[in-house]
Amino acid sequence: MRTIIALLLIAAAPALADESQFRLRDGPGRQLVEANCVMCHSLDYIPMNSPILDRKGWEGSINKMIKVMGAPIAEADAHKIVDYLAGQYGK
Amino acid sequence: MRTRRDFLKVSAGGLLLAGGIRGADLAVAADSLGPATLPSGTLQSGQLAALPGKVALIKKSFRPPNFETPVRFFNEAFTPNDAFFVRYHLADIPQVSPQRWKLAVTGDALDRPFEVTYEELSRDFEQVEVAAVCQCSGNRRGFSQPHVPGVQWGHGAIGNAKWRGVRLRDLLAKADVRKDALEIVFDGADRGVLDKTPDFVKSVPAWKAMDENTLVALEMNGEKLPHWNGFPARLVVPGWTATYWMKHLTSIAATAKPYQGFWMNPAYRIPKGKFPLVDRFVSQETEVNTPITEMVVNSLVTNLEEGQKFAFGQEITVAGVAWDGGFGIATVEASEDGGRNWRAAQLASDLGRFSWRQWSHRFTPGRTGSHSLMAKAINRAGATQTFDLIFNPSGYHNNVVQRINFEIT
Repeated sequence: MRTIIALLLIAAAPALADESQFRLRDGPGRQLVEANCVMCHSLDYIPMNSPILDRKGWEGSINKMIKVMGAPIAEADAHKIVDYLAGQYGK
Repeated sequence: MRTRRDFLKVSAGGLLLAGGIRGADLAVAADSLGPATLPSGTLQSGQLAALPGKVALIKKSFRPPNFETPVRFFNEAFTPNDAFFVRYHLADIPQVSPQRWKLAVTGDALDRPFEVTYEELSRDFEQVEVAAVCQCSGNRRGFSQPHVPGVQWGHGAIGNAKWRGVRLRDLLAKADVRKDALEIVFDGADRGVLDKTPDFVKSVPAWKAMDENTLVALEMNGEKLPHWNGFPARLVVPGWTATYWMKHLTSIAATAKPYQGFWMNPAYRIPKGKFPLVDRFVSQETEVNTPITEMVVNSLVTNLEEGQKFAFGQEITVAGVAWDGGFGIATVEASEDGGRNWRAAQLASDLGRFSWRQWSHRFTPGRTGSHSLMAKAINRAGATQTFDLIFNPSGYHNNVVQRINFEIT
């Protein structure tokens, strides 16, 4: 009986918040996005904000991350990141 | 304290995610993440998930954690602590030890700066309580048309609680705050992962800081603050949006100059003259915009779901809550015919002008078919909700009157 209750408790427990299960859409630049963005925030920020931004919008977002939030993203990488975001999560 | 009823509520959410989801359950799962008018990516990436110490809430982002409260929890006058929404800008969030924590009362516009420990704060100052709505400035941002970037909140970046702690003005008085104090500036223990990221620092005008209702709260609904809601102490600014309610408070600084920082400007700004607001934050105003201040009049239906079906002849009780920026709610009106006729709803007891007010409305539709219910609140200053969105680039102050369709069969 005790085992059954224990098993029921496990089954009924809410899913604990765990960002490691989250995956971005596959596409050119995905690994670059993961490498640069994940240091400050979970990657689910990207799909949450979709489809809202067009290419210009994503450019503005990446610019803000670099200029305001201090993200150390190289300029060449920033272009590829914008390509990925606009292509996979653009309006 | 987790009650059995809470446990059962959580179980329902948890089981949906436990795998083997059937088709009918999927519809429930999708609906529980918010209305279909949210961006599709928000609904696809959302899930019900629990932070440590919290029940399963609607996850918007994992890190920094942004979790909203499912609407059904708003059928209670006070929102349970373990279901209260969580909102952070920055991901370095320390677990604060009350033994080591100190709060500094400092700045160039006071004469006797001091530090206070958790024990001193809870022992040496008068403790007072206020019931107040805590609502994220961006609550309902996800319904903006067109959509605007930011955390895509539905209806649940809000909660009502009894906040207990020390009056901010008592702390400022002990520090001999001077007459030339223009703003009071607040910092908390959370910060960005990178040193270059602007720390989340906020200021309020001195007049609002000196208001008897503005508190440094240690308790929420009779318990210590949950970690995710600002333990060990948070600022409570009744009437004003939650951006000012600094969590994990570490310093309070009086200054004679307007505080300059990213989170005051350009962040958290509304266009001037677009909203019927009363409170002004003059020292921060520019030609075109102003910091967000008090909440606009608003209401929420908490027990009726879009598309819900009722049997013909059955009496329906619609319930909800209504709130504003501190005048208090005077009336809530409900319409059962899509806004042609309005009738006064029944108001529950008044829990204070900063609390929300529960309301209910009973009616029996006289015909079968599609119906739509609307509700709007009016505050004691005569302000009410809008029928058309007042668009602004950050999606703030969305108090568009809800329209919920239901069927009589």
